[in-house]
Amino acid sequence: MSIDPRDLRYERYEVEELYYEYVECLDDEELERWPEFFVEDCLYKIIPRENFERNLPIALMRCESKGMLKDRVTTVRETSVYAPRSLRHLLSNIRIKGNDNGQLRVQANYAVLETLPDEETRVFNAGKYVDLVVREDGKLRFKEKLCVFDSLLVPGSLIYPI
Amino acid sequence: MKRTDGSLARDWPAGYHRIPFWLYSDPEVYEREQQRIFAGPSWSYVSLSAEIPRPGDFKRSIIGDKPVVVTRDKDGGINVVANRCAHRGVQFCRRDFGNTAEFMCPYHQWTYDLKGNLRGVPFRRGLKQQGGMPEDFKLEEHSLQRLQATERHGVIFASFNPQVPSLEDYLGSSMLFYFDRVFDGRELRVLGYMRQRIRSNWKLMFENIKDPYHASLLHVFLVTFGLFRADQPSAVKMDETGRHAVLVSRRGEQKASEGTSEMKSFRANFKLNDPKLLTPVKEFPGDATVVMQTLWPNLIVQQQSNTLAMRQLVTRGPDTFDLLWTFFGYGDDSEEMTQLRLRQANLMGPSGLVSIDDSEMMELSQHGIGQYPDATAVIELGGRDARDEDHMVTETPVRGFYKYYREVMGL
Repeated sequence: MSIDPRDLRYERYEVEELYYEYVECLDDEELERWPEFFVEDCLYKIIPRENFERNLPIALMRCESKGMLKDRVTTVRETSVYAPRSLRHLLSNIRIKGNDNGQLRVQANYAVLETLPDEETRVFNAGKYVDLVVREDGKLRFKEKLCVFDSLLVPGSLIYPI
Repeated sequence: MKRTDGSLARDWPAGYHRIPFWLYSDPEVYEREQQRIFAGPSWSYVSLSAEIPRPGDFKRSIIGDKPVVVTRDKDGGINVVANRCAHRGVQFCRRDFGNTAEFMCPYHQWTYDLKGNLRGVPFRRGLKQQGGMPEDFKLEEHSLQRLQATERHGVIFASFNPQVPSLEDYLGSSMLFYFDRVFDGRELRVLGYMRQRIRSNWKLMFENIKDPYHASLLHVFLVTFGLFRADQPSAVKMDETGRHAVLVSRRGEQKASEGTSEMKSFRANFKLNDPKLLTPVKEFPGDATVVMQTLWPNLIVQQQSNTLAMRQLVTRGPDTFDLLWTFFGYGDDSEEMTQLRLRQANLMGPSGLVSIDDSEMMELSQHGIGQYPDATAVIELGGRDARDEDHMVTETPVRGFYKYYREVMGL
């Protein structure tokens, strides 16, 4: 199969846009928009590298449908009790690793900075996204998104999705 | 600060329904806790047996703030040794898990077997008739520090103190009953780990899980969906000393009752988009659907619906502790049951729909407590004594904890 480099460039642009828009949504705390980056039948997990590499299935957040993503948003907004904070995501090394029948395997590095009241900004979480991206209604969306983070030890609580 | 007789120069009103805040920030108190509690005649949780199933397996663990290594030797026996080389004190084991025939300290390559016996010392006889260890140097006098170790139904405990009683006597019959309810001898299957650093004193974690009062008020999720609520059949029980406790309750429904009018967090209309999260199945004998067991001095056994976890406390100074979560199920779990456990784990851990409230509240508590050491907490819900109750409108297990704590600490 021959590959048209122009197509790849456009695909790359679209994928990068998806990731930039995704983290912008989280940084701006527009959580209600967050589930819309996923298809209905999706999987979202935040999982320590230790578990990921040893095939241990426990995840800090595990959403098995868009409905569960929405439930997460509801709890963050309405039921959980926590100190106010702001988060900022830094992205790098977005790589399209492969294309399985229209499902793009994409990886990217991320770092999340957290700012709490009375505190200096700190590196809160760093890791990589290991994702499956599909096209639905002409728009790229996540079919699967794994946030595999480097340090098992989480400072305080991990409240907002990554 | 110490008085001339060595006692801490701080006052604690009589009884255990007032808790002075200097207990949560004073470095001298923290030091004494390390000596008398974590290095005292107590059994600290260190590992599940399922984490080190084969001969040669090892796992790093911590008691109080002291690093140890748990090993399974070639005879299948469990050993717990200090993670500190007998030569110059290097923390020789840096991998969290592994399998090995021996430990070798990277600094001067002293080697130990999995029981902690010193097996070899480089240049012991010197080189070219020069140097080396003295003639009377004996390997057997320089083993790793060995701890007492015991195992019950797949759970491993250790103690720095040889005077510790048997684990069964230490737990007492009432606590043993609840321990064996979850650890019934079946093989355990580790599902994975979570870990968080909470900037509060370690005792606030125990107070949290010994206090059923807060759960009916703070936790919207538990209250709304009836997972743990004051108007449900419940009990709080302790061992004879007050140091261990269980909170026991039975799941109710999402409907208003006489009690919910006082629970501002009850939401009659809150519906999940995906109810899969809360479809627990009954798996333990009896009526209880949640049992939270606190075992002195470093373990919480969590059974909430189908999510099971060990929560190990690691002290990191007076104002910080780490909470190490090990989620598990049973070797004979069906795939469906494993999925339930993984799904319900959303309630727990650093991102738990329930436990976020607790970790956040402990840090807020420390912010208030830490700077006001001379103020005191009021622990009077359900009376001023410490005894078992058949309801949860009480703080009695918190009083039981401090009754024993006072004795051990000599305060």
